[in-house]
Amino acid sequence: MKLNGAQILVKCLQSEGVEYIFGYPGGAVLHIYDALDACKEINHVLVRHEQGAVHAADGYARVSGKCGVALVTSGPGLTNAVTGIATAHMDSIPMVVISGQVSSAVIGNDAFQEVDSVGITRSCVKHNFLVTDIGDLATVIKKAFHIATTGRPGPVLIDISKDTTIDDIEFGGYPKTINMRSYQPEIKIESSQIDKAIALIIQAKKPIIYSGGGSVIGNADVELIALTRDTGFPITQTLMGLGAYPATDKQSLGMLGMHGTYEANMAMHDADCIIAVGARFDDRITGNLDLFCPYAKIIHIDIDPSSVGKTVGVDVAIIGQVTDALNALSTGLKGKKLADISAWWRQINEWRAVDSMAYQTKAGVIKPQSVIEALYEVTKGEAIVTSDVGQHQMWAAQYYPFDKPRRWINSGGLGTMGFGLPAAMGAKLAEPNSDVACVTGEGSIQMMLQELSTMLQYDTPVKIINLNNGYLGMVRQWQEFFYDKRYSMSYMDALPDFVKLAESYGHIGIKVEKEADLMPALKEAFAQKDRTVFLDILTDPTENVFPMIPSGAGHHEMLLAGRDEMASTNDKGLNLV
Amino acid sequence: MKHIISIQLENESGALSRVSGLFSARGFNIESLTVAPTNDATLSRMTIVSIGDEDIIEQIVKQLNKLIDVVTVTNLTATEHIERELMLVKINVEPSTQADIDQHIDEYAGKIVDVSENTYTVEIAGKSQRIDDFLASLDVSKILEVSRTGVTGVCQKREY
Repeated sequence: MKLNGAQILVKCLQSEGVEYIFGYPGGAVLHIYDALDACKEINHVLVRHEQGAVHAADGYARVSGKCGVALVTSGPGLTNAVTGIATAHMDSIPMVVISGQVSSAVIGNDAFQEVDSVGITRSCVKHNFLVTDIGDLATVIKKAFHIATTGRPGPVLIDISKDTTIDDIEFGGYPKTINMRSYQPEIKIESSQIDKAIALIIQAKKPIIYSGGGSVIGNADVELIALTRDTGFPITQTLMGLGAYPATDKQSLGMLGMHGTYEANMAMHDADCIIAVGARFDDRITGNLDLFCPYAKIIHIDIDPSSVGKTVGVDVAIIGQVTDALNALSTGLKGKKLADISAWWRQINEWRAVDSMAYQTKAGVIKPQSVIEALYEVTKGEAIVTSDVGQHQMWAAQYYPFDKPRRWINSGGLGTMGFGLPAAMGAKLAEPNSDVACVTGEGSIQMMLQELSTMLQYDTPVKIINLNNGYLGMVRQWQEFFYDKRYSMSYMDALPDFVKLAESYGHIGIKVEKEADLMPALKEAFAQKDRTVFLDILTDPTENVFPMIPSGAGHHEMLLAGRDEMASTNDKGLNLV
Repeated sequence: MKHIISIQLENESGALSRVSGLFSARGFNIESLTVAPTNDATLSRMTIVSIGDEDIIEQIVKQLNKLIDVVTVTNLTATEHIERELMLVKINVEPSTQADIDQHIDEYAGKIVDVSENTYTVEIAGKSQRIDDFLASLDVSKILEVSRTGVTGVCQKREY
């Protein structure tokens, strides 16, 4: 049977098992939308801005573990999507983005709504394709899904010229398998590296497991828990890794890095052996590289060889799937006697006793930390929590202990404000029976507000927890510490009435001004199972995120709330951002 | 230190810009870059000369390997290899200097590929240093135009 390119695309997406496409139509994709209209198996979610489409596909992918799919038109459709694509790329999220392109006859002519989509996205995708020949279409789609979902996952863009969607061809079916000589994502763990790692592990007197986003993306929670329990080692997790190991477990030291716990950072600093699991030693984790983990032998497990030795030299590199590597370590450690680490735990417990997450309450103001704690209580710790970017993101990560993976959804790598709301929509579609909360601030939420409209249309009830302190809080905090309190452009004057705004979008809005109203409002919001509720919570405008490693400092130079109110930095720190 | 990196990649449109884009995006240095199809028309061979310490070269090799279109990456400098570069140079030749220039060209096994009024076009192939030396041996004011290919190379072992 002859099919046109648009029909072939839709058939291929069906064969891939795609449930949801998040997209926005336009001239170059009209044929594709026409073909989608005839397809009952794929649900299309019409967003209000292409960035929202990609973030929603991203949230869907992070929660479900499946490949997210977004569809945008050429030109501005694609450029609007770029922030979303870069966000997914930095966090290694499996995603296929399909963009329309002008007809091949006019590519390069500065045609209406033409941009060089492949060129623009090249540095923020795992791979991209331009399809101008219908004969290539099915193979390219197969390759795109294969590349996006294997190895270290990432977004893949397929740019399809309009004539390709119009041309027709005898469709031979969707390829069942694909083999690419230049892309072999299956990596076998080298047993010699496992042996070397085990030799280090059994000698370690001050070991720590440092687990990152790879443990979540690589579905390695079971293996991670097994290794941690078997060894009895302390474990700390990155912002991207939260939930792979249960945060409420006694071996968990919480998050590490710039706003991590005192015990996690001190343990990293003093450790003699670090097992890095799917983590990439980024600057928010390491702080000043010259002062990073001065005494430790480092074992680094990662699927991506380029992550190893990029910022920090390692002693043993284990390249491969995190699950395979952890299993190999667990197997290799069977019957081996580990060094006594009871003194290490005593030291860690002393650091724990510092209680670095303590914060001071103040009569008459709502502390943002207490909002997150109340959210945890109301949702019994079981909600999917998405966040935007800034102080609220840190508080959510610090005060909502995640016990399961794929519950904490945030833009850790790119730090994209506006991510939280569309991601929450995607998350709700992936798991309709879970409560979804979007922790945000009055700055971030205004970057993707328009998706409130989409959420009404597609009935994706989420609870928006807006920590409204009237400031771009993280900017204000840095200006307070490092720029002599010159609050340049960090005050958001002329805020909308968020309650009325939510109502005008057909949702429920609740304003919370008094601490006594907080719990009842949260309970009311989550009782409204079928409605999106916007909680506009006025929080302490002067609160800062603690503890903190000031940029440029080492892990052992943490600042604690109530004890070190003012942080300082050095030139190196200011350069680090 | 200077490294010669040899890459086999899919002969597809955009493959070159993926490689050059990687270098600029990550702040790696490119001293020269040559590319052409191989005997297998679906594959191109690209040779890049880059300068960096061992850690940077290691990252370059790893990042190149990550590119989906790249099939193999070899750091030729780390192994026994042969490297060559070709230059076409236009030289102003006067009757008074001709004998001297002819001798230089002979010494460097150069080939005069074109002679026009008062001008030689000379082809010199060899290691880059040899080409540098040849240019240095000429009176600068006599050099009219230089076009160099950049380095290409192969590993001496039968397979790598």
